[in-house]
Amino acid sequence: MKLGTASLLAASLLLAGTVIARATPPPEQYVNDAAITEGGLPRLLSAYGFFADAAAQEPVPHVYSYRLNTPLYSDGAEKLRFIYRPAGSQIVASGEGLLDLPVGSALIKTFAFGEGEGRRLIETRVLLHRADGWLALPYLWNDEQTDARLAVAGARIDLTTPRGEDISYRVPNKNQCKECHGLDGEVVPIGPKARNLSGDWLEQMVAAGHIDRMPEGADRLPVWEHRGKASLGDAARAYLDVNCAHCHRPGATASNSGLDLRWEQDDPRALGIMKRPTAAGRGAGDLLFDVVPGDPDASILLHRMIVNEPGVAMPELGKATVDKEGVEAVRKWIADMEPR
Amino acid sequence: MIRTAITAMLLASAAPALAEIHSIEPGEGAQERLQEALILAEPGDEIVLAAGRYELTDGLSLDVDGVTVRGAGMDGTVLDFTTQAGAGEGLLVTSDNVTLRDFAMENPKGDGIKSKGADNIVYYRIRVTWTRGPHPENGAYAIYPVESTGVLVDGVKVTGASDAGIYVGQSDRITVRNSIAEANVAGIEIENSRNALVEHNIATRNTGGILVFDLPDLPVMGGGNVIVANNLVVANDTPNFAPPGNIVAGVRRGTGIMVMANEDVLIENNILSGNPTAPVMVIAYVQPYDDERYNPLPRGVVVGENTFDGGGYDPQLEGGEMLKAAFGGELPPVMWDGLGSLYVTGEAPGWSLNLTEQGKGLGAAQPAPLAAPAPDAEFDRAGIGAPAELEARLTR
Repeated sequence: MKLGTASLLAASLLLAGTVIARATPPPEQYVNDAAITEGGLPRLLSAYGFFADAAAQEPVPHVYSYRLNTPLYSDGAEKLRFIYRPAGSQIVASGEGLLDLPVGSALIKTFAFGEGEGRRLIETRVLLHRADGWLALPYLWNDEQTDARLAVAGARIDLTTPRGEDISYRVPNKNQCKECHGLDGEVVPIGPKARNLSGDWLEQMVAAGHIDRMPEGADRLPVWEHRGKASLGDAARAYLDVNCAHCHRPGATASNSGLDLRWEQDDPRALGIMKRPTAAGRGAGDLLFDVVPGDPDASILLHRMIVNEPGVAMPELGKATVDKEGVEAVRKWIADMEPR
Repeated sequence: MIRTAITAMLLASAAPALAEIHSIEPGEGAQERLQEALILAEPGDEIVLAAGRYELTDGLSLDVDGVTVRGAGMDGTVLDFTTQAGAGEGLLVTSDNVTLRDFAMENPKGDGIKSKGADNIVYYRIRVTWTRGPHPENGAYAIYPVESTGVLVDGVKVTGASDAGIYVGQSDRITVRNSIAEANVAGIEIENSRNALVEHNIATRNTGGILVFDLPDLPVMGGGNVIVANNLVVANDTPNFAPPGNIVAGVRRGTGIMVMANEDVLIENNILSGNPTAPVMVIAYVQPYDDERYNPLPRGVVVGENTFDGGGYDPQLEGGEMLKAAFGGELPPVMWDGLGSLYVTGEAPGWSLNLTEQGKGLGAAQPAPLAAPAPDAEFDRAGIGAPAELEARLTR
């Protein structure tokens, strides 16, 4: 009897040992492909194995960091973007638009506030390409900054932005992910469009065999910090494409507005020029048209960027403060238009 | 232990057939608990909201097909959005075959319940109220289905919307019935939609009672095949409180039933009283437009038998006093701008502005008594209204 207990104990120790051994990172760590492709919703971000050092946001091999020329405004959050494609597959370039990522790929975006030692990771959003389509999930970081847990219902977190504004920061819920990432009823990526990616980065990815070829029309949107070198039109249209057009386009959340702010749209009415609002409600304020050439202060488009009140403020999700740089870019663009 | 195992096995074997019920209570963490249930629900599941007041700070959303959200009555279960900090509406539905019933929503910052691309949706005994009454900073729409096929709105009550209480946009196969729209700018509005039946509703104390519009520059246009019947449209005399940019900001205080653009609309068996500008108004789209796909004229509008208690006794129209005097102290109940085609059956005295051009204002108006012919064919009612299977869900 005693012997039996002892051997049971030994067995459980062995088991525990195995578990610990598995938890210790091996020298070369790889992404857990099953977590991306198989059903279910992993509870912890660490289940995917995207990071060698999570707190430092240091990715494992085959997970590559990238940036967008013009990024979405997120209250000044530092955003760390990563792309992963599974072994034996290739990302396919498809013109200036979205890179075509194979099943098993993932896009990872971490939102952080604070600098240096004071930097805190708030949330990481993942887009997983499964056989039945893309799945968007939000993960909320713990206080210890060791891991992030799935937060399907989202969360609110009090924090201070780089501009010193105290805000209630909204981590989106799983459905809200789709409000921006939804197109024709499917979830799709938004960010990695060739036109908004650096040519150098794309060339490196092509040279390394991750992307099949250099996409045409790459690197067209101005790099936001250098937008002063771009035309007023390009800076504003890049901003609207990245910040608004995921909803304001056919097939997406705000399609019923008839406003289409995509970079490739060139019909003035679709872009809001002398277009009356459809269902703006009080969002329109006292104004009559989306964009009045030469008169930014009479333009609903700008009004909804400036007023920071739920029910009026645009975008409806993903920000709690006014983006002064974006307002400036759009204001200059409208002011520069020939009045009619 | 053994019993648990057996129960678990039973549940497991029954799972594919048996819909699950997720019960939610008000109180601490209601926002997260409710939103989590809305996300994790499987098709066929029911989310049951216990009676009480739910303090919610963020918009809710549902993206799972075939889910029922059921409260304990429109005065029992109240989703209170008075302190809402984010999102454009109280509840957003983006999935098909959803049933929303027996709960209320108060003071959402934007719209009340929006369902977009959500086919075969039922709104049953839902209340959406902006509790301060008419105010330009209230949300735009209380009940807001858009870009959907199959919409049944039954027994709802909407108050205080700064645009339309019940607004159905860019949709097809619609029924709005047995509902009360009170103190909104527009009580009920059917916009850029086809095959809509609006019946047995009460529209009162709105700026305009029931509006049927078709507007340019939208993805879906060509509204028509609409029946507005057996409604009580009374005392729609609230001054317009819509923000000026909205199309309904142009609705005159005291409009009963209004048709703008559209084809084949039947207005019959309604009771209209106390709509001081015009109990019935049929007009072309009033603004200039340059959308080639768009027809701005009302075509084939039929005013059938209705009960009119008086006409335009205090019209909010340019030269209203002179017009009243010219028509013997009160404008006849049916007003037409003279553009497009209008048919009248039975006793319906009216007047026409006799305009000859769309989008040119009222400068060329030559007001005169209405001379509209009787329709040359029976109104085609085929295919109008929500699909019958939506009705079956009400009895569950």
